[in-house]
Amino acid sequence: MSSDWPYRLREHRGTLLALLAFVVMFAIYATNHPVGLNANVATTAANKGVLLAIVAMAQTLVVLTSGIDLSVGMVMVLANCLASAIVVGSPRATALGVLAVLGVGLLCGAINGAIVIYGRLQPIVTTIATGAVYYGAALALRRVPGGDVDASLAEALTGQLPGGSIPASLALLLALVLVVWLPFRHSAIGRAAYAVGSSELAAYMSGVPIRRAKFVAYLLSGLLASVAGLFLTCITYSGEASAANGNTYTLYSIAAVVLGGVSLFGGSGSAIGAIFGALMFRTIGDLLFVFNLDPLWQPLFQGVVLAAAVCLGAARLLHVRNRLDLYG
Amino acid sequence: MSLFVMEGVAKRYGGVRALEGADLALQAGRIHAVLGENGAGKSTLIKIMAGVVQPDAGRLLLDGQPVSFPSPAAAHAAGIACIFQELSLIPDLPVADNIAISNPPRRFGLIDRRAQRRMAEDALARAGADDIHPLALVKDLSLSRRQMVEIAKALARRPRILILDEATSALTAADVMKIYSVLKRLRGEGLALVYISHRMHEIAELADECTVFRNGRSVAHYPAGTKSDGEVVELMIGRDYDAVFPALAARPDGAETPRLELRQLGWGDRVVDISLHLHAGEVIGLGGLDGQGQRELLLALFGVLRGTTGELLIDGRPVTIVGPAAAKRSDIGMALIPEDRKTEGLMLAMSVRDNLSFAALGRLATAGIVDAAAEADAVARIVRLLAIRCDGTDLPASSLSGGNQQKLVIGKWLMMAPRILLLNDPTRGIDVGTKQEIYVLLRQLAEAGTAIVFYSTDYDELVGCCDRVLVMYDGRIRRELVGGEITEHALVSSALNIGADADGAAGAVRP
Repeated sequence: MSSDWPYRLREHRGTLLALLAFVVMFAIYATNHPVGLNANVATTAANKGVLLAIVAMAQTLVVLTSGIDLSVGMVMVLANCLASAIVVGSPRATALGVLAVLGVGLLCGAINGAIVIYGRLQPIVTTIATGAVYYGAALALRRVPGGDVDASLAEALTGQLPGGSIPASLALLLALVLVVWLPFRHSAIGRAAYAVGSSELAAYMSGVPIRRAKFVAYLLSGLLASVAGLFLTCITYSGEASAANGNTYTLYSIAAVVLGGVSLFGGSGSAIGAIFGALMFRTIGDLLFVFNLDPLWQPLFQGVVLAAAVCLGAARLLHVRNRLDLYG
Repeated sequence: MSLFVMEGVAKRYGGVRALEGADLALQAGRIHAVLGENGAGKSTLIKIMAGVVQPDAGRLLLDGQPVSFPSPAAAHAAGIACIFQELSLIPDLPVADNIAISNPPRRFGLIDRRAQRRMAEDALARAGADDIHPLALVKDLSLSRRQMVEIAKALARRPRILILDEATSALTAADVMKIYSVLKRLRGEGLALVYISHRMHEIAELADECTVFRNGRSVAHYPAGTKSDGEVVELMIGRDYDAVFPALAARPDGAETPRLELRQLGWGDRVVDISLHLHAGEVIGLGGLDGQGQRELLLALFGVLRGTTGELLIDGRPVTIVGPAAAKRSDIGMALIPEDRKTEGLMLAMSVRDNLSFAALGRLATAGIVDAAAEADAVARIVRLLAIRCDGTDLPASSLSGGNQQKLVIGKWLMMAPRILLLNDPTRGIDVGTKQEIYVLLRQLAEAGTAIVFYSTDYDELVGCCDRVLVMYDGRIRRELVGGEITEHALVSSALNIGADADGAAGAVRP
């Protein structure tokens, strides 16, 4: 039998391409930075990148089942507002506060999943509606920006690792990959989620637990979005019910997923690819800064890169021989 | 005692009877062939065994105990594995993941990839497909290889009963040979096998016993080899269907230039070397089993397929048709009534009027503005002509019955007065009364000079409606039947590629 690695490369092609593109962009960024890549610059850049990366991981879980979650940004905002109120005080109160924030994230995910699966509504409409509800709850918690967060927790998550110059946020991201993503990816339920996204009919015919797989994907998506909200609180030391912020992160998470080689049709790609997609998306913005371009160009530049990535993804359509397949 | 028994099983879909009083008994260590025409109820039977659909009546016995399979997972658990015509593989996952999909080996709660790899290699070897790499993605494999993975996947479940529904129709000759020996070995291991195939030589090669289905009933059960091919075909056709067809007009002589001519049209290996002439006023039927390239041939004519080879001539003039919009231009004037009226034929949520006028909007508009009065006239004319029964042309198309929806699809294209009309199984799933109206309409159109290509899975229709019938098999025209030669017996036996064919292809394995 021939060797395994060509097949492994093929299976993980999207993720590897995202990694490669990120490394190239980051190398350009690091070598051209006016002050060089010192610990403070790296930490600030990492915190921004990791925040989007966590939201992108949340988005990936739903996209893999061939759904889409337009409420991730709002779940993050809700978690941010909640955390700014309850993740303070004694270590015990802080710990309970963190658990409560994560619990709310799980609840939001469960509501999305239950409506999509048992209500048989389309994910796009469902999550627009639930997103508005979550934002309403956030607004009720924080009419005006404010609040606080436990300083030692915030410092631990957003500073540097003890005894080194490595940003702590990267350790948080690694922990999420190890504790949430990899177990999901290698469990039977995670496999089922891929199967559902790739071909729901074939999955049903194979006796795969379709509903449970989708539900777990939405549940974990909500959990990760609330982790992002918590992390945002640690960066800003406050909570803000900002609709603009929620919507921006939702849309950027979809962009990161696409750049990360995850198929919007479902069934293909990985949260690790989406992480590199998110880091890449952030680096694009920072590249303009190091080359001294007007920040006004940033949305345009990010849009061009995204459009180019989507075009690469659509190259397969050139090979379609039955035109009906284009519309299937 | 029989391993698995189905008694008096019945199933209806809406008003259509798919199965009624069907019986089947399977023995361990035997290969049981199930035969029948298109739509005889074989697929429904299998879906019931596999837990995909639930029977309305009758009972299932496994080892003499009554059982029911509310889901595919329940049938798997009882040891029934089914290899479907439509593939049940997940395209984006590797072969090994697919083979282990319904019950992956686990260690500490996570999938044990090493055990899964061993399981996949073992199953591929048992299926005679050990040249397929377990890490290859299913979407990168050819159709024949995918079907082998499907078989390996079924075997990995260690089933007691294995159902193969047309499992060889997508296979290359080399893979078919491997499957024969695999199936014989499994029979030796004591499995009960159900084998559904339209290929008589495969049944002669493999089956121990046979059950014939017709119109949803099991009509005969006999040990393999005790009936001739001719007798089997008689059993499959039966004598209980009689439709009224309009009289055929005298065939126009073929002296003038054909309206449509094909020279060695091809598209990959799905449509091979098709040459034909079609004259004004002629109705050509396409016969054969489902999926022998008829649908692709019609799509190729309509310009939907890319990369076709060969020549297409309209009125003796070579043309290239690049899509439906080009096909319907007035110098070609071609219309296709598609297979699936709900997705390809109609916009169900839009009104009857909008649906009818879509294809002809260009003719009803001046400077891009639709002339509402002309549109209303044209729509009223078509509704009258086809006797479409609706409570008003402003109602959505979805409010019409199936038969009237089909008339709507046909009417839509009649609005542009086509010169060449292609029909893809237009009477499937509609009532007998509407069917007869469609037969009459086809004949009227032909007499008015339209050239018609008519694909049907119903042999009676081909006999009753067509001047000539081209029987297809494996993408090629196997046989041309003209006038009095078009009989059900000739159609069925040439569709199955058996009998004293002129080309002597009886019993041949596909090339």
